[in-house]
Amino acid sequence: MAELLQLRNIQKSFPGVKALDGVSFTVRAGEVHALMGENGAGKSTLIKVMTGVHTLDSGEILLEGKPIQIKSPQDAVSQGISTVYQEVNLVPNLSLAENICLGRESAGFTGIKWKEVKERAERAMARLGLNVDVRRPLGSFSIAIQQMAAIARALDVDAKVLVLDEPTSSLDRDEVKQLFEAITKLKNEGMGIVFVTHFLDQVYAVSDHITVLRNGNNVGDAPIDQLPRLELVSMMIGRDASALESERVAKDPIQSTSFIETQDMGHSGSVEGVNFTIGSGEVLGLAGLLGSGRTETVRLLYGIDSANHGELKIDGRSASGHKTSKAIASGFGLCPEDRKLEGILPDLSVRENLTIVLQARQGWFRKLSRSKQDEIVQVFIDSLRIKTASPETPIKNLSGGNQQKVILARWLAANPRLLLLDEPTRGIDVGAKFEISALIEKLRKEGMAFVFVSSELEEVVRSCTKIAVMRDRKMVGMLTGEEASEEKVMSMIAGGEA
Amino acid sequence: MKAIFTKERLPIIATSLVCIAIYVAAGLKFEGFFSLRVFLNFLTDNAFLGITAVGVTFVILSGGIDLSVGSMVGCTGIMTAVLIQNKHLHPALAIATVLLFGLLLGCGHGLLIQKFNLPPFLVTLAGLFLARGLGLWISKESVQIDHPFFSALAGIKISLPNGASLPISAILFLVVLVAGIVLAKQTRFGRTVYAIGGNESSAMLMGLSVGKTKIWIYALSGFCSALAGVVYTIYTSSGNALSGTGLELDAIAAVVIGGTLLSGGYGSVFGSFLGVLILAMIQTAINFDGSLSSWWTRIAIGTLLLIFMLLQKGIEVSARRTSKKAGH
Repeated sequence: MAELLQLRNIQKSFPGVKALDGVSFTVRAGEVHALMGENGAGKSTLIKVMTGVHTLDSGEILLEGKPIQIKSPQDAVSQGISTVYQEVNLVPNLSLAENICLGRESAGFTGIKWKEVKERAERAMARLGLNVDVRRPLGSFSIAIQQMAAIARALDVDAKVLVLDEPTSSLDRDEVKQLFEAITKLKNEGMGIVFVTHFLDQVYAVSDHITVLRNGNNVGDAPIDQLPRLELVSMMIGRDASALESERVAKDPIQSTSFIETQDMGHSGSVEGVNFTIGSGEVLGLAGLLGSGRTETVRLLYGIDSANHGELKIDGRSASGHKTSKAIASGFGLCPEDRKLEGILPDLSVRENLTIVLQARQGWFRKLSRSKQDEIVQVFIDSLRIKTASPETPIKNLSGGNQQKVILARWLAANPRLLLLDEPTRGIDVGAKFEISALIEKLRKEGMAFVFVSSELEEVVRSCTKIAVMRDRKMVGMLTGEEASEEKVMSMIAGGEA
Repeated sequence: MKAIFTKERLPIIATSLVCIAIYVAAGLKFEGFFSLRVFLNFLTDNAFLGITAVGVTFVILSGGIDLSVGSMVGCTGIMTAVLIQNKHLHPALAIATVLLFGLLLGCGHGLLIQKFNLPPFLVTLAGLFLARGLGLWISKESVQIDHPFFSALAGIKISLPNGASLPISAILFLVVLVAGIVLAKQTRFGRTVYAIGGNESSAMLMGLSVGKTKIWIYALSGFCSALAGVVYTIYTSSGNALSGTGLELDAIAAVVIGGTLLSGGYGSVFGSFLGVLILAMIQTAINFDGSLSSWWTRIAIGTLLLIFMLLQKGIEVSARRTSKKAGH
């Protein structure tokens, strides 16, 4: 296969950090090349060098054998390197067709030729196997289609190399399948595709070749069939993979008095028929597909929405008119699904983000002394191994996994009775994932209770003491003990008999 | 799918309906309101507001704001008058000079906003003070323009049946309006403005020239407000540094009533035209009534603004709901 894009010996430093230390990376025509690594391994920096967001310090880039320089994202696109990001970087207010052609619309003397724009967009979408009304505003489509539109935009400029940066994070199973079909189609047309993801299954489903980065260095570069899964994981995290398997929760039912009890709890239009109990030392998993009512259940428990039928009992008392303030007063904490939007206060420091719940609990007029704050923050930075330049670094500068640890620490500092974790491991790297599950297990043993929502079934099964299975906005069953296996949960989600 | 179509168009439909409703109501109540002459007066009397609003529409569509346009009208007005009257410059040259001045000042706003990432509100607030101060420094007194070429220019009009006519200021307004509509709908510049308003960082990553476009947006607004200043001097045959006080707020009101979202991305130049018409009709209707004080115009505008804001919020919320459903 012909080498399409070669990066040789790339160096890139930021103040205080050497992000890339002599990385080489080659994409061939007609291959899907997975770029793997934990957060902070240098993946994003490498992608940004490739796509012109960052300029490299030293090293060279060759496109089809010729050395090139990439000055800006625009420049990268015009040379044939297009990128589709995790967050769809298109504009929701314009039509899908415009989003595909924006900036290079066919134009004549009378201005933009809308008919041609529409036809071009339809052609590009058809190449991905999609037939949609391209005149509708982009924002009215599902994230999956929006992502496809971003890819279609790359096709419209005849991209040679397509970089997909975590494209599947917000897609459900079917949508991922649809995306992979499109990727395979493009691959067979001779395009070189760089695929960045955290999902191992997906890497093995669609890639031909894997490059692994760790701490700004190449640590692996092999065809997919020569790199077994376990070896890949141990390359990524730099430790022996067999140690990871040991963190499995005992499946014996936990003996504890429950302090939360729901009876047919529901909220019209969002979720129905939720029945469970939670006691200290329990981790209740909510398993189900995206949109099955998992987040909605968490919202009910935390009082963001209040249940309008059935019953929620806290400490034996009926909690009608449950509100967030009451939830917090009952000792509940929430790590929300959307970390960026609902979790972190991006411009505040790690210290401020971490102590805010404690401060709120104490009362806003009784300020936590600075020395007390520093002490608490240091304890959590050490015990959760939060990687930050200093406690005063703005949290937005931390990697996703470390941000999540700060959010966890924010609640742990207040020592909650029940912590609601909605997708706590989304978009964070494998190492941090395991650290977070180990932390949950440790705290559980000390008597804390958790509700754990995750799209990764393996993770739910591994960390939870019992699992409530959700399907189509209803709770369809509760699994405990040995029953709580991946196969069983899967068959219930799929609609097999409960 | 049809439902989304209407939802998208709802603000502009609402604006059109309000526009028609006010027109019909005032027309039924006041004799002579329906005449062509009255209608043309909407355009003539508000030409400077309309031209300003076209420029401001682009700024707001991009998610920005321009507060300097009102004092720009005063500043360029007095400049034109002084250049012609005291400096004896040929009117054509004087007009060209102030238009260039407006363009450059707008460009300056754009550069500061773009290069130093300063908030448009503050940059153009500084522009507001600077332009007003400069105007007053040039002349505190109103300056009458008396020049044959200028009088000839002010006399240009298109005669229409029934003794009605379209004077130069209204003609300029309509020209700017059509140019604005075409610019917004049919050019890459216009579409980039919408994209910036939709999501600026996305627009950048899509490879659009966001920086250049933003500078041009403010330059365009500066140019439009300078042209509005010229039109105002033509309309009054004089320049006054204090004219256009508060005009920036009328322009923003017209744009928002016209269905453009203050947060950018959604709206249209034609909507702003309807917004200007609505303001004009309210004012005229109150004049026709005679018993109401002119402050009722303000009360009516305030009420309308509130209603439109709530309407837009409602649309936004329901749009979010549908997109959430689509996402699941």
